Amino acid sequence: MSRSLRLSRRLILTTTLAVALAPLVLASAPARAQDTPNAILNASYDIARELFDAVNKQFEPAYKAKTGKDLKVNQSHAGTSKQARSIVEGLEADVVTFNQITDITFLVDKGFVAKDWQTRLPNAASPWYSFPAFLVRKGNPKGVKDWDDLVRDDVKLVFPNPKTSGNARYTYLAAYAYALDKFKGDEAKADAFAKKLLSNVVVFDTGGRGSTTTFVEREQGDVLITFEAEVIGVKDAYKDKGFEVVVPPTSLLAEFPVAVVDKVVDKRGSRQVATDYLTWLYSPEGQKIAAQFNNRVVDPKVAEEFKAKFAPVKLVKVEDVFGGWDKVQKTHFASGGKLEELFVAP
Amino acid sequence: MNRVIPGFSLSLGITLFYLSLIVLLPLGALVWQAVDVGWERYLAIMSGARTLSAFRVTLSTAALATAFNAVYGLALAWVLVRYEFPGKRLLDALVDVPFALPTAVAGLALSALFVKNGWFGGPLDLLGIQVAYAPLGIAVAMAFTSIPFVVRTVQPVLEDLASDVEEAAATLGASDTRIFLRVIFPAIFPAFLTGASLGFARSLGEFGAIIFIAGNLPLKTEVVSLLTFIRIEEYDYPAAAAIAATLLGLAFVMLFAVNMIQLWQQRRIGTGD
Repeated sequence: MSRSLRLSRRLILTTTLAVALAPLVLASAPARAQDTPNAILNASYDIARELFDAVNKQFEPAYKAKTGKDLKVNQSHAGTSKQARSIVEGLEADVVTFNQITDITFLVDKGFVAKDWQTRLPNAASPWYSFPAFLVRKGNPKGVKDWDDLVRDDVKLVFPNPKTSGNARYTYLAAYAYALDKFKGDEAKADAFAKKLLSNVVVFDTGGRGSTTTFVEREQGDVLITFEAEVIGVKDAYKDKGFEVVVPPTSLLAEFPVAVVDKVVDKRGSRQVATDYLTWLYSPEGQKIAAQFNNRVVDPKVAEEFKAKFAPVKLVKVEDVFGGWDKVQKTHFASGGKLEELFVAP
Repeated sequence: MNRVIPGFSLSLGITLFYLSLIVLLPLGALVWQAVDVGWERYLAIMSGARTLSAFRVTLSTAALATAFNAVYGLALAWVLVRYEFPGKRLLDALVDVPFALPTAVAGLALSALFVKNGWFGGPLDLLGIQVAYAPLGIAVAMAFTSIPFVVRTVQPVLEDLASDVEEAAATLGASDTRIFLRVIFPAIFPAFLTGASLGFARSLGEFGAIIFIAGNLPLKTEVVSLLTFIRIEEYDYPAAAAIAATLLGLAFVMLFAVNMIQLWQQRRIGTGD
């Protein structure tokens, strides 16, 4: 056997080994790169991408001006249940900005967020809020005004799957709360109301944005039900289509809770900057951005400034109607709960 | 022996190591989680109305998609092998697009086409056929993502098929239909079956393309992969594992059956029919 052939054979052998082992080496690399706390990760919900884009664009220079340090806030958006799961499974998010409390409770149960998280920031750790509202087609041809209209036979609805979307869980609870009030607490009648509402839905997407696409681009259904913030946003984005916003007289308060992920910030040494970030959301600048993106805010001055934008509404709280999120989770949303029963019944 | 890459034991070692790491380990973890559920709970999960309906929807639409692909995929492979025409290489390349494309993009594109205000959906709606947000839409998405399986398994076998056997049959007076059924089809049957069943198995698990076009209505257009996803969203890992493991089992049974049929076919041809 010639020498060159033996040489090439060794070359092949080393190359094979290198190729075979390369994925292992590559896979271990990113873990080291994350040690520097000049970047933090915000894990957030599906339809808040543009909002936090704008927030970060103002926060980063403000932080630099105040502390002299560079900071990059990275964003991750998906359904909040998925985000909570990812964090438990190893996604190193320093802060979470969710659209419902139950998914933070999940992180509390798993030891990622301290129990007292709601007392560490103002307004039970919710810098802004919204509620389920309706978007209807030009001229409101079906004359939709209130929750009652949504259970009519001739009205077809689009909202995401309450099993995969926090957004839709608010819609379901808002309708249920409305029915409980209307039928003076008669649960059987409220069940029937919620069941009819669910059966009027023509397409269940897995998230809020999917439903918006289905309603706007695919022209399915008469009413899109989603957070008021998204409803106004869609109306403005598609001016030529002439959509109209319908704010029902009553709806359910949707708090958008935020929290520092204790386990992650302790490990990465980013507690201070993560807390600064969340606190900034309560500043007039942060509140203004949230209001510009059609959220209702807690700062009275900023709220007054944007008053003309929002229709009056009476909001009921989960705590008052259902006795808290823990109870809602158990009786309505858990596997085999009420939602499952009403959702599948033909 | 072909020994371009040196060291049989080294190559085999690397092969087995990575096969275990990439394929066997995740599947093992899944089965292990499902076993953890327990027999009684498993039966309760699987006999739920929603689970049964999801399996019924998935299996029937996958069968429909596979039937379509079996006929159309075979025709496509035939045209690509037997005819010369301008744009043939482009067509050949296009066959692989469903593999290369993110399935979610395929789902978005298909639903845009098949809704009532879409190019295909409009005319079909006039005929009273609803595709998007109906079971038919699921079948369309499945057919799209699994068509390359049939074409790419049948194509090389057709290419290898010597035309002298056909000519011999023709000179003996066999009709075209008879030649196809008695000469060509038996030769390509194992590959055809493999392609169709791989396509079927792929359809069973397809998620990305389907959820955009299915409508996802429980008991009507909810597929198994979405139900698995929903159970995970509910933090109900055991139910998700049980459903997924059942789907895995179905796919395995099918691949096993196909292997058996191929074995039987080889023996039959080997001994002379």
